[in-house]
Amino acid sequence: MNYTPHTPEEVKQMLSEIGVSSISELFEDIPVSMRPASFDIPEGKSELEVIRHLQELASKNSGDLLTFIGAGFYSHYIPAAVDAISSLPEFYTAYTPYQPEASQGWLQAIYEYQTAICHLTDMDVSNASLYDGGTALYEACMTAVRINGRKRILVDAGVNIIYWTMLKCYTSNLSLDMVKIPVKNMRADRQNIYKQLDERTSAIILQNPNFFGCIDDFSDIVEYAHKKGVIVILSVYPISLGVLKTPGEMGVDIAVGEGQSLGIPLSFGGPYLGFMTSKKEFVRKMPGRIIGRTLDKHGRDSYVMTLQAREQHIRREKATSNICSNEALCALRAVIYLSLLGKKGLRELALINLDKAAFTKECLEKIPGVLKVGQPPFFNEFTVLLSHNADEVVHKMISKGYIPGLPLGRFYRGMDNYLLVAITEQRTKEEIVKFAESLEAVLCN
Amino acid sequence: MQLIFDKSKPERTGFKIPKKDVPATAKLPDNLKRKSEINLPEVSELDVIRHFSILANIHFCVDTHFYPLGSCTMKYNPKFMEKAAKFPGFEDIHPLLPQLSGGGILTQGCLEILYHMEKLLNEITGMDAFTMQPLAGAHGELTGAMIIAAYHRDKKHKKKYILVPDSSHGTNPASATIAGYEVIVVPSDKNGVMDIDEYRKHLTSDVAGVMLTCPNTLGIFNPHIKEICEMGHKVGALLYYDGANLNAVMGKLRPGDIGFDIVHLNLHKTFATPHGGGGPGAGPVGVKKHLSEFMPISKVIRRTDGTFCLDYNYPKSIGYIAPFYGNFGVIVKAYAYILMLGKSGLIDASEKAVLNANYVRTKLKNSYKLPYDRRCMHECVFSAERQKEKGVSALDIAKYLISKGYHPPTVYFPLIVKEALMIEPTETESKETLDSFIEVMKEAADLAEKKPEVFADMPDNTPVQRPDEVKAARDLNLKWNG
Repeated sequence: MNYTPHTPEEVKQMLSEIGVSSISELFEDIPVSMRPASFDIPEGKSELEVIRHLQELASKNSGDLLTFIGAGFYSHYIPAAVDAISSLPEFYTAYTPYQPEASQGWLQAIYEYQTAICHLTDMDVSNASLYDGGTALYEACMTAVRINGRKRILVDAGVNIIYWTMLKCYTSNLSLDMVKIPVKNMRADRQNIYKQLDERTSAIILQNPNFFGCIDDFSDIVEYAHKKGVIVILSVYPISLGVLKTPGEMGVDIAVGEGQSLGIPLSFGGPYLGFMTSKKEFVRKMPGRIIGRTLDKHGRDSYVMTLQAREQHIRREKATSNICSNEALCALRAVIYLSLLGKKGLRELALINLDKAAFTKECLEKIPGVLKVGQPPFFNEFTVLLSHNADEVVHKMISKGYIPGLPLGRFYRGMDNYLLVAITEQRTKEEIVKFAESLEAVLCN
Repeated sequence: MQLIFDKSKPERTGFKIPKKDVPATAKLPDNLKRKSEINLPEVSELDVIRHFSILANIHFCVDTHFYPLGSCTMKYNPKFMEKAAKFPGFEDIHPLLPQLSGGGILTQGCLEILYHMEKLLNEITGMDAFTMQPLAGAHGELTGAMIIAAYHRDKKHKKKYILVPDSSHGTNPASATIAGYEVIVVPSDKNGVMDIDEYRKHLTSDVAGVMLTCPNTLGIFNPHIKEICEMGHKVGALLYYDGANLNAVMGKLRPGDIGFDIVHLNLHKTFATPHGGGGPGAGPVGVKKHLSEFMPISKVIRRTDGTFCLDYNYPKSIGYIAPFYGNFGVIVKAYAYILMLGKSGLIDASEKAVLNANYVRTKLKNSYKLPYDRRCMHECVFSAERQKEKGVSALDIAKYLISKGYHPPTVYFPLIVKEALMIEPTETESKETLDSFIEVMKEAADLAEKKPEVFADMPDNTPVQRPDEVKAARDLNLKWNG
């Protein structure tokens, strides 16, 4: 049985209308010499069989480990309403809203997303989404280069190490000078940064909370950078903005981040959501779709894709970016999530994350094999210095049903005994206490 | 229509935050705290559900409307794929788990899918290795262009150009630029395919790569494609296959067999994963053996004991193009789709896609100008030039279709066709759907002849009519400031 709806009779009628005698005639333009050498794909299965197969595969993964890992990708609770709306076919089976009259639903939703992201970050303008937090950082670099024409980018080593790796990959063929500035005690090293910020520098990239979980106020760096004409790019963790000083309040030029924590499942690495905002004077230098509000011919509020002259389908090789499909459905999830939580909910949620992390710190500090916890102040993630190799501890903890965090030795020399631990609202007091007990048992044996 | 922000009422909330159950209270220094109020709406869960449901109601989608948006392959998205991707064993897995000591064994299901998907895509395209990492089609192009750059760097070739035909998607030249190349555009000939003499003229030893869509964006298969690949290889260029149109040729042609070195696929087109209003997509990239060492890391491999793991040992790799292993949630759906359709189903999909496009082409060619009047593959491109003479543009026809309940074709692309109407019906649409669409298209052509003035008022039954795009770009209003 085929999945297509054509009956044999209809196929015959259609072929006769076209004026050919068989379907294979329609493919005659492809010479026999170019036909596939093989096409060894298994024959089709029923829906029941495929679902059963995938269920088996899913059950080979352990979805029920108690997780204390983050590193930029967090396990937050997702309200059921997020799934309910993003499962509406009008949202998930449509495409880019090229035709505004047929697409007001999506266009308005993205305008609302842009608004929510601007309000969350205290920035002026937001685009309609990029692939993920890492590609958003790369696009931010390129935006900075377009703004001031300089070619040197400073990257604080507190920026997620995964993003640093991505930035190196993306810029490998562009004549950009990517300079990593080491951290000092896991925090931005002001002295070195001030020394490096000069008139040749296009941008500096910072992250708050940084990869080690430390939180900061970068207003001083922003002020100094601006004196030198340097663009400041800040990568942020959206949930933390419920309580932390915002990119807008620090005066940064471009704020980006990974939006996964806003109602998007971890899904083994994607799809995620790159968000990007800037000051309004840079909007025409920004990449990506942007939705604008306007009036229709009868004076009614309407929404359209705007500033398209920056984009690849118009400007081709001169476009601000090559991005076309972005992560619209994830952006929709984010605006639904933010609407459900609302102005007070997001703050409360951030406070709970903060308090649970503080409690976890207290519990871990009592363990004899834990030598140091965090570099306060932190939000919901911190480093833990162990008496043992963190890799080995992780291995043992996983067998006890925990993902205890990310060992940092793989990324940083001399940090073999460090573990990066994250706590969200998903972890209860009991789970945290038991986690500490298990860790103690592992460390003290 | 009101915004969700307009519906805000102080003290309302749509989600009950879990109670604080720990005794600790964190102390944040004042200078690190947010001072501003977070201006998000205060609404109930019902407010949110109703608001977005109403927005959904004023939107066209594949499930409710025929959506022949050329080049986008808006085929039906089977529902079981959605169900599979939502299994907690997929959705709740942290991507760092397989990178932890002892974690790999707990993610065997995910790794197995990535591994088998690579094998399936290799066989479908005739390539030797695939990376699942690219997050969309254009992202795949960029990955491919970066592999081209890495290859030539490794071979110490100094090359500066990438050739693209004038019918290409805008993403091709844009992606090549980010990989550090200058773009040379090769014009099409009178048959709608790349002009081979022009191609020869530009093909020098400075050319690093040639990016081709095949069949091309006019829906035309270039019978000289193999020769084009051979000519490119002679000057040391790599041949890149933009798989945007693979839906036309599954089981009929494999880019790997005819000389292409690199290919990207759009899982959200060919393999039926939903387009999500503009993503997420997925754009896996396949290469021939001589390029596999340049692929992004990590790679999923199978150990001798049958278990799967991540391998990072590729010193010449271009590096991390994505934070992890690609849009896994999308890849699961495409994997499920390929398993269900199987060999015959995939071949049938391409055959019916081509049948449907040729049927529409034949039935409409008396009503609209067919700039390249020849057999097409999965899509056909008409021109509304004839109608334009009466003052009715391709855009007007698109608006008329909307009023009749059809999503319009792609308009004004490819750029080499004036007043282009690019129709891609896809294989999942039935003859009766096509027949009704054809009737409405004929009606539009007829009206353009007899009553061209009616188009100015189209569409006449939508929530808005002809929004002012010039005003939108001039008086920028990109967020609610209430």
